[in-house]
Amino acid sequence: MFLRQSSLVLRKYLKNTHKLKLFSTSTSTIDYPGAQVIWSGNLSFTNSHSYPPISTYRVLNSKGQITNNSEDPKLSNDVLEKMYKDMVLLNVMDKILYESQRQGRISFYMTNFGEEAAQIGSAAALSIEDLVYGQYREAGVLLWRGFTIADFVNQCYGNVEDKGKGRQMPVHYGSKKLNFVTISSPLTTQMPQAAGAAYALKGKNKVVICYFGEGAASEGDAHAAFNFATTLDCPVIFFCRNNGYAISTPADEQYRGDGIAARGPGYGLNTLRVDGNDVFAVYNATLKAKEFALARNKPVLIEALTYRVSHHSTSDDSSAYRPADEVTHWATHLNPVNRLRLYLEHNSLWNEDKQKEWMKECRKNVLTVFEEGEKKVKPHWNEMFTDVYKDIPDHLKKQMEEMAQHVEQYKDKYPVKNFS
Amino acid sequence: MALNKLSLKFHNSIILKNFKNVTSVLSVRSFFNYYTTTNPPIEGPTKKLNMVQAINNALDITLQTDESALLFGEDVAFGGVFRCSLELQKKYGSERVFNTPLCEQGIVGFGIGVATAGSTAIAEIQFADYIFPAFDQIVNEAAKFRYRTGNQFDCGKLTIRTPCGAVGHGAHYHSQSPESYFAHTPGLKVVVPRSATHAKGLLLSCIRDPDPCIVLEPKVLYRAAVDEVPVDDYFTPIGKAEIVKHGDAVTLIGWGTQVHVLLEVAELAKTKFNVDCEVIDLVSILPWDKDAVCKSAKKTGRVLIAHEAPLTGGFGAELASTIQEECFLQLEAPVARVTGFDTPFPYVYEPFYMPDKWRCLQTIRKLLDY
Ligand SMILES: Cc1ncc(C[n+]2csc(CCOP(=O)(O)OP(=O)(O)O)c2C)c(N)n1
Ligand SMILES: [Mg+2]
Repeated sequence: MFLRQSSLVLRKYLKNTHKLKLFSTSTSTIDYPGAQVIWSGNLSFTNSHSYPPISTYRVLNSKGQITNNSEDPKLSNDVLEKMYKDMVLLNVMDKILYESQRQGRISFYMTNFGEEAAQIGSAAALSIEDLVYGQYREAGVLLWRGFTIADFVNQCYGNVEDKGKGRQMPVHYGSKKLNFVTISSPLTTQMPQAAGAAYALKGKNKVVICYFGEGAASEGDAHAAFNFATTLDCPVIFFCRNNGYAISTPADEQYRGDGIAARGPGYGLNTLRVDGNDVFAVYNATLKAKEFALARNKPVLIEALTYRVSHHSTSDDSSAYRPADEVTHWATHLNPVNRLRLYLEHNSLWNEDKQKEWMKECRKNVLTVFEEGEKKVKPHWNEMFTDVYKDIPDHLKKQMEEMAQHVEQYKDKYPVKNFS
Repeated sequence: MALNKLSLKFHNSIILKNFKNVTSVLSVRSFFNYYTTTNPPIEGPTKKLNMVQAINNALDITLQTDESALLFGEDVAFGGVFRCSLELQKKYGSERVFNTPLCEQGIVGFGIGVATAGSTAIAEIQFADYIFPAFDQIVNEAAKFRYRTGNQFDCGKLTIRTPCGAVGHGAHYHSQSPESYFAHTPGLKVVVPRSATHAKGLLLSCIRDPDPCIVLEPKVLYRAAVDEVPVDDYFTPIGKAEIVKHGDAVTLIGWGTQVHVLLEVAELAKTKFNVDCEVIDLVSILPWDKDAVCKSAKKTGRVLIAHEAPLTGGFGAELASTIQEECFLQLEAPVARVTGFDTPFPYVYEPFYMPDKWRCLQTIRKLLDY
């Protein structure tokens, strides 16, 4: 109790003393350059019990009702419908591509189940000019921006239509046109890069949003990113999808603080924590973060609390490390897609007929596109040698020529017919 | 409601059943055939184990016999993403076998600390492609610890295990073979098993070796490599190559999965060109067995080195330069290298990227015709 009170007083004090008075001579103010100082004669630890947990902002309750009307984002019916339809389409695409991996038609896949609201809500609050850095579980963001099902499928097949030229594994999407920087597997590398991009975009009326998992937040790069973004005043939104797991590792083996949000103030980051399964809360938080970042040229940290309903990927079987009823609970009672659907139904914007029709359309669309994507050939195999550098250097040209001669001689030993 | 079902049922969906002709476009051509180890390194009982089980067995023996041994890394507690530490937490408790936060520099730095304080540290890096955040800890700290402290301190009780190499569809970040980065670092020892038998013996050697070691485990062999593995404790020596097949026409040198490619190439060379190739598994990258390699090179006068890693600066370059220094007068042809190309490891182009049997065979022809 005492600790809590004193910390409140302390926070008020810090608010009022804006700048460090480095050269102050008064004994009551502080002279150390590294931090503001308040003297105390009481030796006690400051720890996560010194403060209440950071509160979690929520707009829609689990029944799909807005709990506080002043927080209604007042989105148009079109936007509301697009939000919902994109979530359903994302689900259908995930289901079909997941299954296609199971059938050996694509080599790998990662689904987004349970995190639809975090993705769609944040994507909807930004404009297409804002630059996105993803981790890998953000297909909804791409969908919102206009990445087509064909774009997804072509990338997963690495066929001749894949913008990434068949070089990366499935789900490593990217789109220059949609300002979505291509996904890279090594975790957290995107975070300091996002800070740098935001620095370069300062004054151009754009923000950068950078998605990452609570697991990825343990990497050294996360520390670098937070610290660079604050010290260099970068208009970047760090958006943490805290879904409780990093593959099999539960969040309580990942960190012992109050989530990822609690790190924010330590870095001097303005921080928001939201119910990540509430699309309106995520939308409002991202909009506020963007406004703040643009107005002040400063970073914001958002922690969206959610749950990874999916297995980590097609290489994972999560029943080995978490109880099935835990998953069921999140997939049903706390399902973010259902929550939005309930809201829409309360407001007569959606019904069972529309649902059936949209599901049918989604399935048909995805299956058709999938079959088309499957039939397309791969790019010419010598695309393997391009783009290592802007121009192919001599040593690589030689390797390419040698391989061409070799393939000519051993034609029947290489899958040349699957390639352009 | 339909939605609830959707997200729940995705585990066993039937949606794709309406597809006809499920022709797997994937049908990844396996780029090697596994040659099982027929001569166990020690006498005594053996058990049929794959590489994962052999590694698990080596870890089990270590935790059993060395009370100070700790096993840790990302997702190690539930058995690891490749199941190498399966059941070990249950058996030895969560104080000895545990998950770490997701941070490779942390894993290796922590391991160096454990080892410096006198305990045995076995650190898993989930994929060799993700070892680079730990590069500083490995190259600047682990490798130089003994030297820079005047041998007052060392972290020799540290062993890093990490899966490496091509699998058919791993693309840039689930395929790399980073051995030559580490071979360039005095103070480290680096080994690559080609079999379940070696995986166990090398891991046990590395764990007990007085210097920090990296075991690069070709993950495509995890399930494919099945041997009759000795049940007892044994060592596979670090720094010793193995002649896997004797011959007199051309020396073929590889390590890890590539040894199996080369064994098949030797058979092809026999049927197509009627020559006997000698196949050497280098086993140990640092230190490497110069005597065995040069002895064979002098005998055959023709050498082919093959590895999955890119050509430029690959470990083949080190072998080639030493061979020409030591065996110049006995060579009948320039030392040849068949390797991955100087590009990132590509996804759909993998069949064209690999130092496969046909590229090796063509090169053997050139060596013979030189
Ligand atoms: C540097 C690095 N280390 C390890 C991995 C392997 N890996 C891929 S995803 C993952 C878990 C990430 O968890 P989190 O950040 O929470 O994201 P989520 O999967 O929950 O969305 C791990 C360990 C990697 N891709 N990169
Ligand atoms: Mg996570």
